[in-house]
Amino acid sequence: MTPTRLLLALLVFPGVLYAVPMGWLMQASERKVVARLQGRIGPPLTQGFYDFVKLLAKAPVPRAEPFLLTLLPLLAVGATLGALALLPVWTGGFTGDLILFVGLLELAPLCAVLAGFASRSVYGEVGAVREAVLGISVNVPFLAALLALATASGSLQLAQVAGGAPWLVRGPALAALLCCLPVKLRLNPFSVANAEQEILAGPLTEFDGPRLALWELAHGLEWVVLAGLVASLAVPGRGVAFVLVSLAVVPLLGTLAAATARLKINQAARFLWTWAALAAAASVFAALAIRHGRL
Amino acid sequence: MGVLEPLVLRLVDRARRKSAWLFHFNAGACNGCDIELVACLTPRYDVEQLGIRLEGSPRHADILCVTGPVTRTTREALATIHAQIPDPKVVVAIGSCPASGNVFAGSPMIDGPLDRIVPVDLYIPGCPPRPGAVVQGIAEAIELLVARKEAV
Repeated sequence: MTPTRLLLALLVFPGVLYAVPMGWLMQASERKVVARLQGRIGPPLTQGFYDFVKLLAKAPVPRAEPFLLTLLPLLAVGATLGALALLPVWTGGFTGDLILFVGLLELAPLCAVLAGFASRSVYGEVGAVREAVLGISVNVPFLAALLALATASGSLQLAQVAGGAPWLVRGPALAALLCCLPVKLRLNPFSVANAEQEILAGPLTEFDGPRLALWELAHGLEWVVLAGLVASLAVPGRGVAFVLVSLAVVPLLGTLAAATARLKINQAARFLWTWAALAAAASVFAALAIRHGRL
Repeated sequence: MGVLEPLVLRLVDRARRKSAWLFHFNAGACNGCDIELVACLTPRYDVEQLGIRLEGSPRHADILCVTGPVTRTTREALATIHAQIPDPKVVVAIGSCPASGNVFAGSPMIDGPLDRIVPVDLYIPGCPPRPGAVVQGIAEAIELLVARKEAV
């Protein structure tokens, strides 16, 4: 991957120019899907953009607080953008970019956990603990599925991982990843960590104005990168198919969110440790069997 | 900002009009007004189509909706929460209790009416007000919010 291409990937597609409006669109359309299923009209598709501008134009209440609270949302946005740039929509990439991708992708939830603790609010801390517990539960099947794909394709390069694995591995791996998606996006029934109203706003309770806008932006980017990961694994390639499959993930998650109520944290963890882990384990076994020539 | 400044200001006004987030504070209400406020989110009234959202944290909010006559135990919390909402903000008193104390007026347990504790921008009368009245009140509150020019 040449520096120009990397810069294009970071700033144009699938980076800033594509991902920021796409993140707003995805968040708004998820709310729209939920609203339609509840017999409501729901917010306009431009809602994410207006929310962002309004939050940027608010004046935070001045108070003594660590610089960390500004740094963490910035880091979350930056890391998620980095993960986006590594998505294999441009053929290429470099050896081992899967590892960097996972590392960058996981930085935003980690920042949210830290933000919850650093804000020193009771609700923030409860939210951070929940985020951390769910983070551990969700990452076991998530990473196992990615490892299975890497094993089956014999590569740690996202572009080859996406195209290289046979469907016997890719099917269960995608199922496991799809199970992980609502958890990572904090949607019903896994909205345990942000748990709006129940614990105020979870780790983000103490964030206001521009800093909250950054968190919302990071969240929108997480939507794009996770939907994009599923899309690039389901239909390797670039361009229209990538965008369309990314968008197709939204009504799926919206329907699930509208059809379910929030689980308790132990129920959510149990679901992940049984069903998501089962799908991930199936993909790992299939990958190992193929690698050793038994299938 | 130069040439872009009027454009940015118009954009901010538009965003504020289309994305008002509420924080609901129960200052000792009987739950009547609270139910009517929540009814605005249901399919029949659906204020979410105006970009309105009920937020869990006062720091995320634009409009503070207060119900109840402000009892002695809620007074301090109310003042704290009002101070934590970033500018620009609007305070809406929902129902008769925050406006006058209603049937609780004169009770030693009441520190209200609301305007003795925080400045009130808008009153929605009724015991309780119908959801239609609450929606109209919030729409007017949004116009007040846009008219505030702080913090652009």
